[in-house]
Amino acid sequence: MTPPAPPTERPNVAPGRLLATLAGAGAVAGLLIVFVFGWTQPTIQAYKARMLQEAVYEVLEAPDHYDTLYAYAGALHDSPPPGVGPRDKGLEIVYHGYRTDGTSIGYAIPAGEPGFQDVIRLIFGYDPETGTILGMKVLESKETPGLGDKIEKDQDFVSQFQGAGSPLKGMKARDVTGTDPHEVAMITGATISSRAVIRIINNALERLQPAFQSSVAERSP
Amino acid sequence: MKQTTPQADFLRGVWRENPVLVQMLGLCPALAVTNTVANSIAMGVATFFVLTGSSLLVSTFKRFVPHEVRISTYILVIATFVTIADMGLEAIVPTVHKALGAFVALIVVNCMILGRQEAFASKNPVGRSLLDAFGSGIGFMIAMLMMGSVREILGNGTFLGMSVFGSSFEPWVIFALPPGGFLTLGFLLLTLSWVQRKRALKAAIREWPEGVAQRRTA
Repeated sequence: MTPPAPPTERPNVAPGRLLATLAGAGAVAGLLIVFVFGWTQPTIQAYKARMLQEAVYEVLEAPDHYDTLYAYAGALHDSPPPGVGPRDKGLEIVYHGYRTDGTSIGYAIPAGEPGFQDVIRLIFGYDPETGTILGMKVLESKETPGLGDKIEKDQDFVSQFQGAGSPLKGMKARDVTGTDPHEVAMITGATISSRAVIRIINNALERLQPAFQSSVAERSP
Repeated sequence: MKQTTPQADFLRGVWRENPVLVQMLGLCPALAVTNTVANSIAMGVATFFVLTGSSLLVSTFKRFVPHEVRISTYILVIATFVTIADMGLEAIVPTVHKALGAFVALIVVNCMILGRQEAFASKNPVGRSLLDAFGSGIGFMIAMLMMGSVREILGNGTFLGMSVFGSSFEPWVIFALPPGGFLTLGFLLLTLSWVQRKRALKAAIREWPEGVAQRRTA
């Protein structure tokens, strides 16, 4: 590397020119991004939708078909309740899966809360009639690679949710008795992430419990 | 800046002035996302893309950018390419994008990229700037790959997800963790400088006796 040349006297540049340069560069940058956004967004959205659909099938153990339901203020609706926007905080979407003979398997519930790094979004299956979790799948997480991301990659951890009783109890691996269906062994080295998963599921169920109860009551008069 | 051959423009960044191993630039991604080989490769490719695109634009429009706002303009150009890379990765390889998390967006503050714009692309013709960007980008990728291989093999017992040592190997989890990044980088630099010293010594011995005498007095 040669040493930088000694500073030479530069003519003063008009402020307008500086402004114009930056504005021009900004406009071009904006246009480029809008163009690429328009080009990539359909693919990204389609991928997310497909992932969600696959996740619903996975956590409900391959339902024959499923309905999309809207939970709002302690009740389940077939369509978004009037006057409630799609971004309303109280509105949650759940998926109700059925077997081939038309009997209910349970609900797939997407939920998200902060984990160790960022919001963890997951989906889990729940059968309100028996109060058991059917399965859990992490949709989005930025947990530490190699540690926190075991909440989605460690099959031993993920498979525990299948058939676990609600509410879940997070236990240290050595304290697990193996007889209590509510127990979930947390991952050593990923305690915060494991606890977050358990908390997300418990909180979501607590929120949605009234809606499920009213819906079960409706179906079995 | 002295005139150099195209090969020199290209090779400088690959090895002799390797951005990570010699210039110590871009250490944040080199420490943060090199815990697996796949992440290292994806990060290397994304950085390569951003660096090449930015160098091309900066070099092409260098005459129109006043000296006073050059840094802001470079940042704007780099940020644009990073956003494009981010969205492109999400559309093309969503799983890798998920694994890299926030670090794709953080390419924008990789000082290696800004450094190449300020030190080279803003002063040299388009062709040479592109060669320089290719060189530095590949050099960055090599460094990322070295870090990623060591850390994945030791920290997880695998290479690109394939088991290396078999099931009896107990992974050194620390190498997958941030401290492992620092350790790996430290040992890598140690090894490289040791190799370089040995080489210099050999060269000096070849030029015996003048070379050795010079080294003694130096």
